[in-house]
Amino acid sequence: MAEFSGPEQVLEAARQAYAKGYRQMDAYSPFPVDGLAEAIGFRRTRLPLFVLVGGIVGALSGFFLQYYAAVISYPLNVGGRPFNSWPSFIPITFEATVLLAALCAVVGMLMRNGLPRPYHPVFNVQRFERVTRDKFFLCIEATDPLFDEKKTLKFLESLSPANVTTVDP
Amino acid sequence: MSDHTSILRSPLILGNKSYSDVTEDVALPLDRSPGKEWWMAFAVSSSMLFLGLAAVTYQVMTGIGTWGLNNTVGWAFDITNFVFWIGIGHAGTLISAILFLFRQKWRTSVNRSAEAMTIFAVICAGIFPIIHMGRPWLAFWVVPYPNLRGPLWVNFRSPLVWDMFAIGTYFTISLVFWFVGLIPDLATLRDRTASNIKKKFYGLLSLGWDGSNRTWLRYETVYLLLAGLATPLVVSVHTIVSWDFATSVIPGWHTTIFPPYFVAGAVFSGFAMVLTLMIIARTVLHFEEYITLHHIESMGKIIIATGGMVALAYLTELFVAMYSGNEYERFAFINRMFGPYAWAYWIMVSCNVLSPQLLWLKKVRTNVTLVFLLSLAINVGMWFERFVIITISLTRDYLPASWDVYAPTLIEIATLIGSFGLFLTLFLLFTRILPMIAIGEVKGVLSYGRASHEAPKAEGRYVSAAHERVPGGVR
Repeated sequence: MAEFSGPEQVLEAARQAYAKGYRQMDAYSPFPVDGLAEAIGFRRTRLPLFVLVGGIVGALSGFFLQYYAAVISYPLNVGGRPFNSWPSFIPITFEATVLLAALCAVVGMLMRNGLPRPYHPVFNVQRFERVTRDKFFLCIEATDPLFDEKKTLKFLESLSPANVTTVDP
Repeated sequence: MSDHTSILRSPLILGNKSYSDVTEDVALPLDRSPGKEWWMAFAVSSSMLFLGLAAVTYQVMTGIGTWGLNNTVGWAFDITNFVFWIGIGHAGTLISAILFLFRQKWRTSVNRSAEAMTIFAVICAGIFPIIHMGRPWLAFWVVPYPNLRGPLWVNFRSPLVWDMFAIGTYFTISLVFWFVGLIPDLATLRDRTASNIKKKFYGLLSLGWDGSNRTWLRYETVYLLLAGLATPLVVSVHTIVSWDFATSVIPGWHTTIFPPYFVAGAVFSGFAMVLTLMIIARTVLHFEEYITLHHIESMGKIIIATGGMVALAYLTELFVAMYSGNEYERFAFINRMFGPYAWAYWIMVSCNVLSPQLLWLKKVRTNVTLVFLLSLAINVGMWFERFVIITISLTRDYLPASWDVYAPTLIEIATLIGSFGLFLTLFLLFTRILPMIAIGEVKGVLSYGRASHEAPKAEGRYVSAAHERVPGGVR
């Protein structure tokens, strides 16, 4: 794992590592760096689809709740109006859509990110504490097919980082 | 705003901060023991809270006969306070969601506390209808659930039920949005603090955040989606609140203009409250370099715009009442302006329509004391707006025989004071426990307008705002 002191450096390093053929790597930073996720070869998340599904389920269940109550469970004739008075069911349907879509978004994000996560090897590195403050890290993982402890270490050193460390599992 | 004579735009954060400085500056107030000012403020706000608690306890035990309501005026102080507090909350969502969608980067310094304000304001608002039920322990009856009474369902065709759904959703989403925004900053605090207990506390709340850019990408995606969802939500909430009135047949309530009118008013009052709180916070906690004059000016401009909409709504309402030829409608407005409660109407007009006009002057907008005073005036004015709409319309409706007057009792006033106490106490505790400024987001805009890792910004605001970050976020 190599430490950098600026967003430009880590971005450049990530691009070089990707060009070199490394794929199993991750970059860590105190704030999102434009293009860094793309540079490490991470291009798309399926989250928006998940949110869309959440929204549709929310809309259907919101409407069905009202339909069930007003038409099936306890039909009440108020001045000869239809039981399924759908226009007045729209506001609650809308709220249920937003509620479920947003909750899906957050839960999906946490799940896909593996949060909450009580343990991660990168936290074993003492200097990594500064990732949430002002330092940027590029970590090439041992699962990468090109990974070779000596060669990878050498490669990282060639990127002129501030520091290079090995992460214990 | 931006300096048009220079290629570079003026920075959002003053004082040439490094990333580390931001962490230190924002986290410092959390480490220091609170100063004298904080304790004084806390003493005042918690006293107000206890006064309110005593009043609420008394009225719950005795019944809402302790209020000044009568057969004619069934909604007055309580619902006024409810609408007032809900409106306050809307500025927080506007700052966090709508300004985010419009890529207004200056929002980063104020969004955290504005969102906190939203949550606390919605809590304050929620209390009022629950007290109004008279038997608050049965409040769960407003929730539709299979029960042994039939099953008897809530009336899904009633705006009051819509309101329950809208506010429940609004509160949940605001809380979730706020928490998502806090995760990276909680991790910052976790990695920074020396105290073991705090490390555990922040560590638990930050869920093991490590700043991985895969994580960041998903995080930004979700943040964008949440902003997109919160935007129509916030409009729907106050729209539905306005339907509580507009769907009735009381002259002065029964108007189609209510939804946009209420939403604009809500944002207007909310921004006034944000300004009030921010000006206090930046002075007491010394955040002048983060919440700069530029921020105060920008919010002042939003106040001019929304204040203009509110003024337009007042005029439209008057015009329609006169033009409609409906004598009840016309009377309702003449009664507002010249009836026994005319003083309330004119307080509303002078605070909401006249006083914000001063903000057109740059001298006023950049004078912190004046802006603070104006924000207080708008808060007062907007409270009176709700009082004017709700109470005055009810006091004199169709039949002169049923006309009545309404005056709040001390219990009701104590409850209002108590809600302010709750709001301020929660806010003061928030400034002690959580970072008031979004550390991660501010770091992202430090280089705003500077030649840096970001693409050159010289082409102008919209070009720079739309670059890489958008596709990165959408993915």
